[in-house]
Amino acid sequence: MSKQPILEIKNLSAGVEGKQILKGVSLTINAGEVHAVMGPNGSGKSTLAAVLAGRDGYDITGGEVLYNGKDLLDLDPEERAREGVFLAFQYPVEIPGVNSTYFLKAALNEVRKHKGEQELDAIEFLALVKDKMKLLELKDDLLKRSVNEGFSGGEKKRAEIFQMAILEPKLAILDETDSGLDIDALKVVSNGVNKLKRADNAQLVITHYQRLLNYIVPDFVHVLVDGHVVKSGGKELALELEAKGYDWILKREVASV
Amino acid sequence: MSTATETIEDLVKTEYKYGFVTDVETESTPPGLSEETIRHISAKKNEPAWLTDWRIKAFRHWQTMPEPTWQFVKYPPIDFQAISYFSQPKPQANAPKSLDEVDPKLLETYEKLGIPLRERGRLAGVAVDAIFDSVSVGTTYREELAKKGIIFCSFSEAVHNHPDLVKKYLGSVVPYTDNYYAALNSAVFTDGSFCYIPKGVKCPMELSTYFRINAAKSGQFERTLIVADDGAQVSYLEGCTAPMRDENQLHAAVVELVTHNDAQIKYSTVQNWYPGDENGVGGIYNFVTKRGLCKGKNSRITWTQVETGSAITWKYPSCILLGEGSKGEFYSVAVVNNMQQADTGTKMIHIGKNTKSTIISKGISAGRGQNSYRGLVEIRKSATNSRNFSQCDSMLIGAKCGAHTFPYIEVKNTSSSVEHEASTSKIGEDQIFYCNARGIATQDAVNMIVNGFCKEVFKELPMEFAVEAQKLLGVSLEGSVG
Ligand SMILES: Nc1ncnc2c1ncn2[C@@H]1O[C@H](COP(=O)(O)OP(=O)(O)OP(=O)(O)O)[C@@H](O)[C@H]1O
Ligand SMILES: [Mg+2]
Repeated sequence: MSKQPILEIKNLSAGVEGKQILKGVSLTINAGEVHAVMGPNGSGKSTLAAVLAGRDGYDITGGEVLYNGKDLLDLDPEERAREGVFLAFQYPVEIPGVNSTYFLKAALNEVRKHKGEQELDAIEFLALVKDKMKLLELKDDLLKRSVNEGFSGGEKKRAEIFQMAILEPKLAILDETDSGLDIDALKVVSNGVNKLKRADNAQLVITHYQRLLNYIVPDFVHVLVDGHVVKSGGKELALELEAKGYDWILKREVASV
Repeated sequence: MSTATETIEDLVKTEYKYGFVTDVETESTPPGLSEETIRHISAKKNEPAWLTDWRIKAFRHWQTMPEPTWQFVKYPPIDFQAISYFSQPKPQANAPKSLDEVDPKLLETYEKLGIPLRERGRLAGVAVDAIFDSVSVGTTYREELAKKGIIFCSFSEAVHNHPDLVKKYLGSVVPYTDNYYAALNSAVFTDGSFCYIPKGVKCPMELSTYFRINAAKSGQFERTLIVADDGAQVSYLEGCTAPMRDENQLHAAVVELVTHNDAQIKYSTVQNWYPGDENGVGGIYNFVTKRGLCKGKNSRITWTQVETGSAITWKYPSCILLGEGSKGEFYSVAVVNNMQQADTGTKMIHIGKNTKSTIISKGISAGRGQNSYRGLVEIRKSATNSRNFSQCDSMLIGAKCGAHTFPYIEVKNTSSSVEHEASTSKIGEDQIFYCNARGIATQDAVNMIVNGFCKEVFKELPMEFAVEAQKLLGVSLEGSVG
């Protein structure tokens, strides 16, 4: 049986304000797989995440992206979300005055409406929340507060993954979810992410540190440097990177040219 | 038929009796303003001589006053002789004769506002007139209120049935000399609401009035007077809408509140007069004087306003904190979109000892709208140990709008403290994208973010109004993000 691709990035080039950031990225993620993207600061990891999620302001200058076989880049960001694309933000934004629970219920109901399912009322939603909260050992007072407002760095990341647990995306893109987490939180969050892994969904994990990959074990690791995927491999590639740094790859790449 | 329905009908009749419709059937006053006009209004309303005299004095004073120009708004000069002050002009040749001819945008707006379809029917044809649509439960429970000694009736009725009270309080908070538009209102006011809560009575329900301007080429000048005697409490709601017209119409109201010892008045407004179209054609000039006098010790007046409508809004619901330990509060959301202009805020005048005031103002600007907060906090020498807290936040949606803050602070003693916080934020693309990335479309995201921004004010509104206010905000910002 052939694998079912969820995301196919084909030779994607993108930039912002005339500046080329992604320079021909190709990547295929099949159902049930976890891929990690690593790379130095400024190499384009968040840009890739943003382009996939549909953020305004990026010019797609080449290539295409298929999501479940359909043109992803053609969809508005909210349509992508409703179709099951989820971005856990590197810097989740605060929305003062908007209650977290209310926000999340609105988000879930958008997905449900899109699927033709009945919207959840407040009571049903709270039951779901209670259930999922155990998964992330989330303090319930966070959900009574405004979206991300005054959350600590770690709380914000935890809250992102909590949203992921509620929304059950088909493709989750986690942008440096590990940064800002202490070691205990890292375990909890990773554990949560692992439990959300299923045979019919996929995860794209962006990180700087191999440490995270001890907990979220990737099937593939890709190294992004200056807008190119310069190397792909199995999980051992992350260990090698940790030991030798990005220079090692860059030198090898140059040598092999 | 339930008594509730009957009393609603009564209410409608009552309002029409002193309002516009009955007069349509009889005659209409041609545009123009003179002592004769005023005597005519007064005579039509069968008013006692003292009130006619008061009007005339106000008019003579008004004639000596210059039109104010200090506010941060722009509009062509108003021709006061072109306004019909007590009239029902005949429908214009191009006035909508049936629903089909009414601009669909208008119909849509009504639908969104949840105003009964029945009303759309009434808008067409001859009945356009003055629909003074009231959703008030106030007079519905009139008898029940009367049992507690509460008087809640139209101003005209109060003049006849409770002349002593009217005489005692009319102009006691906003004298006719106060300002240009208050003077004009004092001269020509046609109706309004009157409410008196006797000693020790806590009004068992919200009192509410829903104002509508419908007649073309007319102005609306109403007057509201609410008095809460010792220990009394009342919450009063006011809502307003007006149909779309390409002319500007003047709404110059006066509201006076008086609280005696330990009394409380909570006055909430959801103002949604027609704001004009996207090019700034038409709309209501809302030039209103609202002021409360905390006369007694430990009394309290709370103004809450959600201002989404009007081409121009010029109003400063204020509190004079005379009684020792009295409290004044002002919670405001003002939204301008398209070409709307608002210059609004409050004045807190601390005179009594240990007086406290709180100001929370949220200004939202979109389109090419200009939004100004203008607030005065005056702590007089006598007002020892007094405190004020002010917070003025502005939110900008888009790059062509403006937000301005004009705080005036005067503190004349050393034992008092004043705290002022201000912020201006742009509705963030980051925030919108974050919502988008969670499946929430941009317009819904804007509504959500703006409602969050206004939360502190909305929580001061009575439940029913809070819901309406949130919906309104959504409607008024529609199309503000491209
Ligand atoms: N809106 C923008 N305007 C100008 N330059 C931008 C913009 N967004 C991203 N860039 C630039 O594109 C490059 C890639 O940025 P990106 O955020 O994708 O990197 P990253 O790999 O996520 O880095 P980090 O590891 O630091 O998070 C950087 O040089 C960045 O400055
Ligand atoms: Mg990044």
